Amino acid sequence: MSGRGRYGQFGGQFLPETLMPAIAELEAAFDAARADEAFQQELDRLLHEWVGRPTPLSDASRLAKLVGLRRVMLKREDLTHTGAHKINSALGQALLARRMGKQRIVAETGAGQHGVASAAACALLGLECVVYMGTEDMRRQEPNVFRMRLLGAEVRAVEAGSRTLKDAVNEAIRDWVTNVRTTYYLLGSAIGPHPYPAMVREFQSIIGREARAQWLERVGALPSVVVACVGGGSNAIGMFSAFLEDPGVRLRGVEAGGLGVESGKHAASIGGGRVGVLHGTRSYVLQDEHGQIRETHSVSAGLDYPGVGPEHAFLHETGRVEYVSRTDAEALEAFGVLSRTEGIIPALEPAHAIADLAHIRLRYGAEADVLVCLSGRGDKDLETVMRAREAM
Amino acid sequence: MSVAVSGALRLERAFARARTERRLAVAVYLTVGYPDRASTGSLLRAALDGGADVLELGVPFSDPLADGTTVQRASEAALRNGVTLGDCLSEAAAVVRDRDAPVLFMGYTNPFMQYGFERLATDGARAGIAGVIVPDMPSEESSELDFALAPAGLLRIDLYAPTTPDDRLARLLPNARGFVYCVSLTGVTGARRALASDVAEFVGRVRRHTALPIAVGFGISAPEHVAALRGTADGIVVGSAAIDVVTSAPAERRATALREFVASLVAAGRS
Repeated sequence: MSGRGRYGQFGGQFLPETLMPAIAELEAAFDAARADEAFQQELDRLLHEWVGRPTPLSDASRLAKLVGLRRVMLKREDLTHTGAHKINSALGQALLARRMGKQRIVAETGAGQHGVASAAACALLGLECVVYMGTEDMRRQEPNVFRMRLLGAEVRAVEAGSRTLKDAVNEAIRDWVTNVRTTYYLLGSAIGPHPYPAMVREFQSIIGREARAQWLERVGALPSVVVACVGGGSNAIGMFSAFLEDPGVRLRGVEAGGLGVESGKHAASIGGGRVGVLHGTRSYVLQDEHGQIRETHSVSAGLDYPGVGPEHAFLHETGRVEYVSRTDAEALEAFGVLSRTEGIIPALEPAHAIADLAHIRLRYGAEADVLVCLSGRGDKDLETVMRAREAM
Repeated sequence: MSVAVSGALRLERAFARARTERRLAVAVYLTVGYPDRASTGSLLRAALDGGADVLELGVPFSDPLADGTTVQRASEAALRNGVTLGDCLSEAAAVVRDRDAPVLFMGYTNPFMQYGFERLATDGARAGIAGVIVPDMPSEESSELDFALAPAGLLRIDLYAPTTPDDRLARLLPNARGFVYCVSLTGVTGARRALASDVAEFVGRVRRHTALPIAVGFGISAPEHVAALRGTADGIVVGSAAIDVVTSAPAERRATALREFVASLVAAGRS
């Protein structure tokens, strides 16, 4: 395999030539920033003072009892500023953009959480922010559209294709190609061309580092299972990265099963896709026999994406992480269950991970100690859930 | 029975002929299956009748991230019409057989990858195409495709951009074959009012590293653009503007309108 940024056969830099010098510049800038203590200190300070890190680890004992597990703990990324883990990477990348002298930021968003996080980070650092969002997602996540505008970002509607996250990524890349000399592309998930998957993992790895240390301190041993939802896979890779070298810890990624993988209406790229190239990277992709990207379906806009980060594809291939999927109906039920048992309204994305707990019990038994990445809060999803309940 | 001529040789001859005739070579891009499957053959022939030297057949893809609105919409329409890479090969084979035209495919990595690079090379050579242009496959990622194309005698035409630095040009251009495709601007495909102001400087930078003909594409939309490139480039590629002509003409006038438009570009390229 040629090219940089490979995870086995996955990854790479499948981009227009116009962007190749920019991506090399980004790679160099990221490496330099990572090695720069002042950059790290600034990031750590803002993660603490502005994002609210470290986030707590909550013992979800009533939930554990309900699903029949010995222990379930939730890593509370829902308690970060702006309400989801997306802020970790948005802040890190916005600092990097400023360090590179780029005054203009473009971002894509699906559920709106990455868009809100990017808009907030740009407001904090005084950067111009343009967010591309599919019109279908704008409809589903109206409050986040208003939040982004309130934070000073320009939200541009994307009418193309399925009008969701995939199309927003296309449009953000087109903007980047056009304005590459002045613009930083703030990609939200662990997808896209190298170095994005590595960079997003790096900025999200704080989730796993904190959670591992918190669990060890509280329990005195490591969890037996760690579970996270996977769309592009940024919260999951951030969480998993701390446990990859712990052979006793089983890792589970939960994809969006939509109406069921067998129905064809889902967003489970690993569970129902084939190896292909989308948005600059080689990974599992939901596509038809001719290589056209398929429209996806999930009740959760943040998981509604036909690809997955290349490192997840690799971790699936090596067997280190087990990838499963949970349906819309299971996620909606888990949304209510967590709300009632723990007083926490989760986003629909991590509700898929909560929904997996019953299956973890079946698979690993009641003695399993499970760490869940609760990647975001559910305020943005209230209307979707209300509509879904009315339809039931 | 005539001696088989390879697609690559047809391409080389097309640029040489334009040079002999002291004009810019004109390559016309059309999305296969747009506006409908039945008209692709007649539109390709109309472009040739207008004097096009090279045909670029756009292989539709659901997520064409290097393309502007015109090609995106054409691509979406073609996919709705059920167009596949197999259809593109059939259209190519027909126009090569009937008109001995140099034909290139322009399409994205994934449909080619799913078809299979070796199968693409074999079937492409059989259809008589000269090679492929893959806008989301930079040279760093091209070794698998190159490895499959080379034995079949097919070319992969690299794109170069105004942002490509000199050291990269120096490293990549010695590997170029056929012609060098320069992207006139930093941006996606699509008609523009004016040429980018730094095209001549960019083409000059490229020229220092290659003896191959240089074609300029992206944003070339009008005879004035072509005229302005005389003495700078050896050829031009027109895509979105040609599709716009097809889109805006009434169905029965499409072929005529395209032929006249291409003829106006060819005329503008004469010294």
